[in-house]
Amino acid sequence: MSDSARKILVSPVIDNNPITLQVLGICSALAVTTQLAPSVVMCLAVIVVLAVANVSVSLIRNHMPSSIRIIIQMTIIASLVILVDQILKAYAYEISKQLSVFVGLIITNCIVLGRAEAFASSNKPWPSLLDGIGHGIGYSVILLAVAFVRELFGSGRLFGHQILPLVTDGGWYNPNGLLLLAPSAFILIGLMIWAIRAWKPVQVEKPDYEIRVHRIEAI
Amino acid sequence: MENYLSLLVRSIFIENLALSFFLGMCTFLAVSKQVETALGLGLAVVVVQTITVPTNYLIYTLVLQEGALSWAGLEEVDLSFLGLITYIGVIAAMVQILEMALDKYFPALYHALGIFLPLITVNCAILGGSLFMVERNYDFGESVVYGLGSGLGWALAIVALAGVREKLKYSDVPDGLQGLGITFIIVGLMSLAFMSFSGIQL
Repeated sequence: MSDSARKILVSPVIDNNPITLQVLGICSALAVTTQLAPSVVMCLAVIVVLAVANVSVSLIRNHMPSSIRIIIQMTIIASLVILVDQILKAYAYEISKQLSVFVGLIITNCIVLGRAEAFASSNKPWPSLLDGIGHGIGYSVILLAVAFVRELFGSGRLFGHQILPLVTDGGWYNPNGLLLLAPSAFILIGLMIWAIRAWKPVQVEKPDYEIRVHRIEAI
Repeated sequence: MENYLSLLVRSIFIENLALSFFLGMCTFLAVSKQVETALGLGLAVVVVQTITVPTNYLIYTLVLQEGALSWAGLEEVDLSFLGLITYIGVIAAMVQILEMALDKYFPALYHALGIFLPLITVNCAILGGSLFMVERNYDFGESVVYGLGSGLGWALAIVALAGVREKLKYSDVPDGLQGLGITFIIVGLMSLAFMSFSGIQL
């Protein structure tokens, strides 16, 4: 694999992460992170949709009139999501019930349309595929990390298996119920952004306002 | 009547689309730096949501649902798998129509909303509203109330967040949390505050 191809694939994972840096695709994802299993399915669904949508948009990029390109891209994405949704309903019904409306919401996941518009509509199919997979992985890393923390400390389980024995079952771990509720996901992502930016200071945003030290002139 | 009131309160406060279902997060985080713009966007979302949820309800029950086409002699046709693509189409069309109507009859409002109207098409809160309406089997009246309520809830959340962020310029935020990081934590705390509404039953 050439250097540029590797860069396209790897850079969205941390350096240019869609969630923590580009603020894309947070919408539909976080509600499913209370458990690992549905999060894994959600990540796979997003990676597949992203990769296939990017390749399809890239294949027809020279035939698309630019005035109606958004609607074409939306149609492609919506058709792919319907496919994924039907497949999940057929082969993983329990999980598709848990994911409820969030599979459908991949359509409006900004990463998918964002990559189709920003990358695939001006690049060849192969780099577009890598870009799609890379961004899918970047999205999955954050999602899985959040799900890991929430399931492990919220209910003492991983993939449904008991890891930390709960007090209610005679063990020692007292589960933190807050982690199963919505606010914890926001705070976890906030802390994760802090950690990533402490590690990669390039990503730190400039403050809109600076606080100036107030000096009192001696008369 | 009581049923509607209870649904309205529930959709605004308890099941707030932004703070408890994470819907519309991208715009929620990106357009919440100033109260004025947040208010404009919130208003647009309320209008679009109140129109699209009932419209999608009608399309779902009259065309897509299993057996809905029985008047045409197609009793066993189940088109509900076309739901997703239909709803997003309806939303895009509605936003477009609304934009043209506003431009013609209320130019002042049109200019106030500006870029936000077209952005609403890809706002997950709108599609999410329609999908929740289908999943929870609301009837027509309920879908109107739910559309209005969930739109209002989202608008309330974004205006409140913008208010907090405006005050934030006086605070000394650690470098790594600057901007996006601190916003996430604020939203988390707001969502915690909204959880105190849960359990309200009318």
